[in-house]
Amino acid sequence: MTAQEIFDILKAKFGDSVLESKLDVTQPWITIATGNTKDICLFLRDDSELQFDYLSCLSGVDYNNGTLGIVYHLNSMVHKHKITLKTFCTKENPHVLSVSEVWGTANWHEREVFDLFGIIIDGHPDLRRILLPDDWEGNPLRKDYKVQEFYHGMKVPY
Amino acid sequence: MEVSSIFTTESYNIFIIELQQYLMLTEFGKVFIFLLIGAIFVALGLIGAWIFRPHRPYPEKNATYECGEEPVGSAWIRLNVRFYVTALVFLIFDVEVAVLFPWALIYRQFGLFGFFEMAVFLFILFVGYAYVWVKGDLNWDKPKPQIPTFNRTIVTAGRMKSVSAIVDDNKIHEGVE
Amino acid sequence: MGLLDQRFENGNVFITSLDGLLNWARLSSLWQMQFGLACCAIEMMAASASNFDIMRFGVIPRATPRQVDVMFVAGTVTIKMASRIKRLYDQMSEPRYVISMGSCATCGGPYWEHGYHVLKGVDRVIPVDVYIPGCPPRPEALLEGIMKLQEKVRKESMVKKRA
Repeated sequence: MTAQEIFDILKAKFGDSVLESKLDVTQPWITIATGNTKDICLFLRDDSELQFDYLSCLSGVDYNNGTLGIVYHLNSMVHKHKITLKTFCTKENPHVLSVSEVWGTANWHEREVFDLFGIIIDGHPDLRRILLPDDWEGNPLRKDYKVQEFYHGMKVPY
Repeated sequence: MEVSSIFTTESYNIFIIELQQYLMLTEFGKVFIFLLIGAIFVALGLIGAWIFRPHRPYPEKNATYECGEEPVGSAWIRLNVRFYVTALVFLIFDVEVAVLFPWALIYRQFGLFGFFEMAVFLFILFVGYAYVWVKGDLNWDKPKPQIPTFNRTIVTAGRMKSVSAIVDDNKIHEGVE
Repeated sequence: MGLLDQRFENGNVFITSLDGLLNWARLSSLWQMQFGLACCAIEMMAASASNFDIMRFGVIPRATPRQVDVMFVAGTVTIKMASRIKRLYDQMSEPRYVISMGSCATCGGPYWEHGYHVLKGVDRVIPVDVYIPGCPPRPEALLEGIMKLQEKVRKESMVKKRA
């Protein structure tokens, strides 16, 4: 199934939650609205034509203009097609819905996004820092991050 | 008697004989000397180590080792009772075997009577053994691991287009939508 | 009593020969705490294998800090790990030494500039005796580091203050 067909099915079902798309590139992507992430992902996983049962990667992005985003790479083991989804949120209101009930992989990936970008994932069963220590200040992968001078008596920068 | 050096076997034997006559050493005395030398050897090693090693304790050094983390909880855990039961049963039958050894050396003197006496003793213990076996005290029961169960719909890949499996209590019921 | 008198401050003949014996015994059996963290750990394993064989130097890997003399910090030290390293170093018994293997443990390595969670050198938390540069250092370099530590142990004395 091509990316255009996937986009058409999604647009037909969800209408205005599906925003833009860029489908003639190597990794075609579809942008979806933040509020409806979980429903769209459940549909993508359960629909018999699509059956995107494998979330291969979930990453956060800082677009350097006040926007943060999450990128989902989905694959289908049954139909052997793939698609990329994107959602956006602002730095002032960094909230995204969790998809960890849809795909189990998303659990730790979303924790990593929360840890390194500071995007708060609503509905996540266990949202806490995963890579950095719990009392670390800041979110390192944001573009405006300044590393802290001392952590428990150890000098952090060189 | 000529001895060429103090390290020959002859001189050693002479030394032992003279020591024996001087100290009036019996065979028990020789065993005692042996134990004494063993104890002195161990003591020398431990005291020597105590003299030469540094002793600088401080609270972080004396903390319990937990692979670098802060120690959580007590190091004393509750062991399963099956260790005690196995050890007890072993002890009883080990003592039985220990009693068998001297009997085995001298039973011929008592002829058939000796044989039947031990047979009765073994029979009594065998009844106890059978009881323990049948009661299940010899079973090494492992604790049953709790496998977590969950109610999730898992889409299976396959030739059938819309088959979903519900996993519940490790039994898979397949249904067709 | 001439010469012997002059040597009393640094220990007399008896002390020096006892020192020599003790130091020889200690340097010939430097039991290590294997602390392989990253890629340098692979080189440490290669050094422990048959081609380079650190066991012929008396270096046996032990898992607990109570029984070891030397800790090989091999690999990148993250800040989360640094508190554990400090605790394990505290739980080692004297005389204890630290060999910092590889450039990550020495100075932060290739992560010195942008690594926000890398400790720039393990000597920010524990005292290090021998630094081995390299990324990763070859097993022969690790063996030379062990030999340098043995030289350091050989010069120690009971009457002089030690760390």
